Amino acid sequence: MELNILAFGIAKDIVGARKLRYRVAAHTRVGELLEQLQRQYPALQGLNSLKVAVNSEYVGHDYQLSESDEVVLIPPVSGG
Amino acid sequence: MSVSSSVWPLIYLTEMPLLPQQVIELVSDPACGGIDVFIGSVREHTQGRRVLRLEFEAYEQMAVKEMQKIADEACSRWPVQQIAIHHRTGTLQVGEIAVIIGVAAAHRAAAFEACRFAIDELKQRVPIWKKEVFEDGEVWVAAHP
Repeated sequence: MELNILAFGIAKDIVGARKLRYRVAAHTRVGELLEQLQRQYPALQGLNSLKVAVNSEYVGHDYQLSESDEVVLIPPVSGG
Repeated sequence: MSVSSSVWPLIYLTEMPLLPQQVIELVSDPACGGIDVFIGSVREHTQGRRVLRLEFEAYEQMAVKEMQKIADEACSRWPVQQIAIHHRTGTLQVGEIAVIIGVAAAHRAAAFEACRFAIDELKQRVPIWKKEVFEDGEVWVAAHP
């Protein structure tokens, strides 16, 4: 399936775009997506953390993704 | 409430300059004996390097949602009357205000504690990112160990 991924902050710089269309296997979980992304973009491994939000909520590594999800890569936040 | 304060939301993400007086008016309430206001501004130096400007970006829909959750959590943990959280995005110069948190409560202890909680949580979980731009480079804050 193809996911719509949004990347912010340093994650956007590393993947080279705000929006990605990204192919993964059906029933991929968040943890597997992160592993796949980290293999393709090794600089993601050097971050303090890399979280994922789906439809504006943080999700854990076990969350099973579907094609309709808006997936957002959240590197360490630094507001305030 | 004054007329002007009704224009501004309690939870607010904006590219426009932030105004402390707006936040104070928003949370003011005759039932409250105190208002605690935290103002976060752009510092001139980071680890000895001179900052030229900061660039903030936000995942806006989620940032507003998380800011609202933080305000709700603070209201459930402390006896506070009203909380406002205003955060700026875009390019900020040294000295400009990046965030204002205002908390009104009947008594000051709750206002101080809830305000501290709100800024600490905001820094931990609200999807906003800041890039420090120096004379000789730029850094996404907190990205790397």
